[in-house]
Amino acid sequence: MKPMHFSRRSFTLGAAAALLSTAALPGAALAATAAQAEALVGKLVSDINKVIGSGKSEGAMIKDFERIFKKYADLPTIAASALGVDGRRATSAQKKAFTNAFTGYISRKYGKRFREFIGGEIRVDGSKSVKNAFQVNGTMILRNEAPFDVTFFVGKKSGKFYNLYLEGVNMLLTERTEIGAMLDKRRGDIDAMIADLKKAG
Amino acid sequence: MRKARVIFVGLLLTALAACSVPGPGGAPDGIHDPYEATNRKVHNFNRRLDKGSVNGAGAFYVNAVPEGVQRNISNFADTYATPSYVVNQVLQGRPGRATKNTLRFVINATLGFGGLADVASDLGLTEDDTDFGETLHVWGAPEGAYQELPLLGPSTERDTAGRVVDLFTNPLSRIIPSPERYSGSVATYLDKLGDRAKYASTVDSILHDSADSYAQLRLIYLQNRRHELGYGTDEDSSFVDPDAIDTEGF
Repeated sequence: MKPMHFSRRSFTLGAAAALLSTAALPGAALAATAAQAEALVGKLVSDINKVIGSGKSEGAMIKDFERIFKKYADLPTIAASALGVDGRRATSAQKKAFTNAFTGYISRKYGKRFREFIGGEIRVDGSKSVKNAFQVNGTMILRNEAPFDVTFFVGKKSGKFYNLYLEGVNMLLTERTEIGAMLDKRRGDIDAMIADLKKAG
Repeated sequence: MRKARVIFVGLLLTALAACSVPGPGGAPDGIHDPYEATNRKVHNFNRRLDKGSVNGAGAFYVNAVPEGVQRNISNFADTYATPSYVVNQVLQGRPGRATKNTLRFVINATLGFGGLADVASDLGLTEDDTDFGETLHVWGAPEGAYQELPLLGPSTERDTAGRVVDLFTNPLSRIIPSPERYSGSVATYLDKLGDRAKYASTVDSILHDSADSYAQLRLIYLQNRRHELGYGTDEDSSFVDPDAIDTEGF
């Protein structure tokens, strides 16, 4: 094998590429590796497990879940995805209001679901890279029930979690369908839908 | 008898050949639902029925029957169904899983007091169910259109054909004499009733709280079923790419 020459040109190219890649992602906490994505989900899961095991009231648990959700989730991506194509005609005030209302709604809805798993625990099994995301596989272990699959998706750029599958059921897709149906009920009125969303979940 | 069987197989093949397949671009989000109008009518019927049964039979079962007995019934239903899993796993060319389920059946039917206790799970042989719908999938039959069946709920054309065949795949129904034979079906029914009541708030949130319960149930059923059948997330058309979402302003 030929010894590798460290030429000035390759050095400059490398440095430029490194600069470009950081410049393209201003201020992002990079989840550059699968290990980091797994660690993030590990922390998220341990926080969820603590809440499930706390034995608090439903209202208190939902507040805890909202805090966890805000800490670990990529809220703009989740909200934008749930609003789907209707987001294109929303004003920026509507978008902000939607993200807020949606965060509360999702915490109530999934907080109640996770509350059913009292006594259970989520275990992180491993991860793999899927396009612009890391897929982190987990298992929900329950007492006296068959375990089931929980899959988390962490964005490579954001380093935050943005989607969740429970036994293959895709949260973002489910919520996009739900938000779409809520909009249809209000004949496409985004403000009315946001008002409904504040009470839903 | 033999003639009836030939006719039955013929009918099944016709049903499968009629499994409709979406045209290119005809199934956004992986949903192929040409019978939506009919399905929605059935859905409304099922929903009304569900409301009645949950407040009635389901609530009674969960509240009146002790939890331990409910678990016995659930175990019995699973043990009774296990020979059918074995038949299907053999047909699917999965001898390892078929063998494990055979062992599981033998252990639970004997040490587990005729299936009332799930001893096999404690020995590491956990429940591993399957059905003829999965067998058809393994054989390469297409999923077909989405269907909502009266009483039975969501299905696909492939799964409906599978359900019909599964009425005949359990060897126990040939061995066990007539009145006792139905104990398996009764246990299965009670088990489902128990599950419905146990996951009441989850099911309620889908069936009675969501803005369009038909669309929710359809999406959830199809995704969950595909997951069960081992469709991977990368080949899955429902994968959401975080970089493809315009988050400007959110």
